[in-house]
Amino acid sequence: MRVSGSERTMNYVILVAFAVFAIYPILSIVIAGLQPDAEAHGGLGNLQQAWEIGRFGSYLRTSLLVSTFVVAVSTVLSVLAGFAFGTMRFRGADAIFYLMLVGIMMPAEAIVVPLFFDLRAIGLTDTFWAIALPQVAQSVAFGTFWLRAAFRSSSRSLIEAARLDGASTGRILWQVLVPLARPAIVTLVVLTFMWTWNEFLIPLVMIPTNEALRTAPLGLGFFSGQYTQGYALLAAGATIVALPVVIVYLFLQRHFIAGMLEGAVKD
Amino acid sequence: MEARARAHGPPGEPRRIGYLFVLPAFLVYAVFALYPLLKAVYLSLFEWDGLTVGTWAGLSNYREVLTDERLRASFTHALVLMLFFAVVPLFVGLLLAAILHRATVRGLGFFRTVVFLPQVVAMVVIAVAWRRIYAPDGSINAVLRSIGLESWTRGWLGEYAFALPAVGLIGTWFESGLVTVLLLAGMGRISRDLYEAARLDGAGAVREFFAVTLPSVRGEIAVALTLTVIAALKTFDLIYMTTSGGPGHTTTVPSYEVYRQAFELGQVGLACTIGVCLTVIIFAISFVITRVGDRGAD
Repeated sequence: MRVSGSERTMNYVILVAFAVFAIYPILSIVIAGLQPDAEAHGGLGNLQQAWEIGRFGSYLRTSLLVSTFVVAVSTVLSVLAGFAFGTMRFRGADAIFYLMLVGIMMPAEAIVVPLFFDLRAIGLTDTFWAIALPQVAQSVAFGTFWLRAAFRSSSRSLIEAARLDGASTGRILWQVLVPLARPAIVTLVVLTFMWTWNEFLIPLVMIPTNEALRTAPLGLGFFSGQYTQGYALLAAGATIVALPVVIVYLFLQRHFIAGMLEGAVKD
Repeated sequence: MEARARAHGPPGEPRRIGYLFVLPAFLVYAVFALYPLLKAVYLSLFEWDGLTVGTWAGLSNYREVLTDERLRASFTHALVLMLFFAVVPLFVGLLLAAILHRATVRGLGFFRTVVFLPQVVAMVVIAVAWRRIYAPDGSINAVLRSIGLESWTRGWLGEYAFALPAVGLIGTWFESGLVTVLLLAGMGRISRDLYEAARLDGAGAVREFFAVTLPSVRGEIAVALTLTVIAALKTFDLIYMTTSGGPGHTTTVPSYEVYRQAFELGQVGLACTIGVCLTVIIFAISFVITRVGDRGAD
């Protein structure tokens, strides 16, 4: 569309102003994390200091283990379930699917309380499973919904041709359909990774005492409550916690944006 | 009959093996999400401290949610946060997207990357950043001081009148980029012919917006509202990390009360009741918004 030069200039002003507004809090924490103060020497050394004083090394390791497990297990389970819902007909399929859809909107706040007391009763609180399995359950609800749509849109004649060639159901899934659905699967993987990495309430409740199992956001939460000597190391710790997801985002941003926006649209 | 089912139904043939493929996912989901939700409904009917034997309470926990001053306030605060998380970002997003949509500007891709960034940063990190911005020696007060408004400076998160709007503003910041990106994508799909027609009718920028742009992005508006309204109800991390519901109970919200009642006050039944109410509200809101959005699209 043709617009005047002054309108174009105004567009750039708005663009820059809004971008600055959006980036300022994030940038300010990165910069604060590099400043020297009473405890910190400044520069990248702050990250290392926070790593040691705040024990972020241990938190990051837990987060990495939990995220890897949740992403891997929930993706495989979602592929299987999405394949069945998307390409097969069986009695009750719709009912089961809608039941799983409930899980997409179900807030963690509602299930975390009963889960804690049930898991405590069988001695599972303060374990890896108490953080990971509830998140697999939530991710699988979205993943099944997401991949059902992806597999539904895959061509049926392709499946039939493969079957005529004598391919087994498993072969059709893993060697024909999964490669075709790769973009949808990558989107699911990055979203699940982000949600799991950033999750706060579930680890907070499920890990009441075991410090070795604190995830990165949880560790930051405790660190910000206990460490009051200055802001530089807290900001450095916050930078460390945010960095992994931000790096993945910078490389795969299309998947993040498309997934978060389309994921909310029902098919 | 068979032919009709094929034409309508999902692709593929009837196959029992479907159950086998669905089973593992459904099992994990049923045990770690569906069962706890039903258990929450069950526990909401009891008075239970989490340690001793609970006593049947009927609907008294639900009555307490409706009558207890603090709990009622938490739902009101959630409503206020919806203004900041959903309504304000919607207006900001509509204005920005409409302006940017009118002309092709360079650097739009970079802009999108930047304004969407808050969405991928952990809320705990965001809270740490904003706590600093709102601090007595933070950047907002520094700006006020530099323009001679020393008397306006304060600890924004610590004062009764300002804490809730201050938390809300974090939500506005958090959601505006998401809404703008969503609306920009929607506007990008509008056919240029519609604008040509509007121009031939002599429509100016404003009329063009109300006649062409706004009706075309109704679906996107519904999606944006669903996402942001639900986000306004799930603010546990933000409240826990910024104000813990204070000062007094001026910033407490239902999702924070769930945690507080269950794990700080030992009121497990009441905590489950709040959680159940929260779930019902989220389901109802997303149902209504998608319904209204659908009707608009027809």
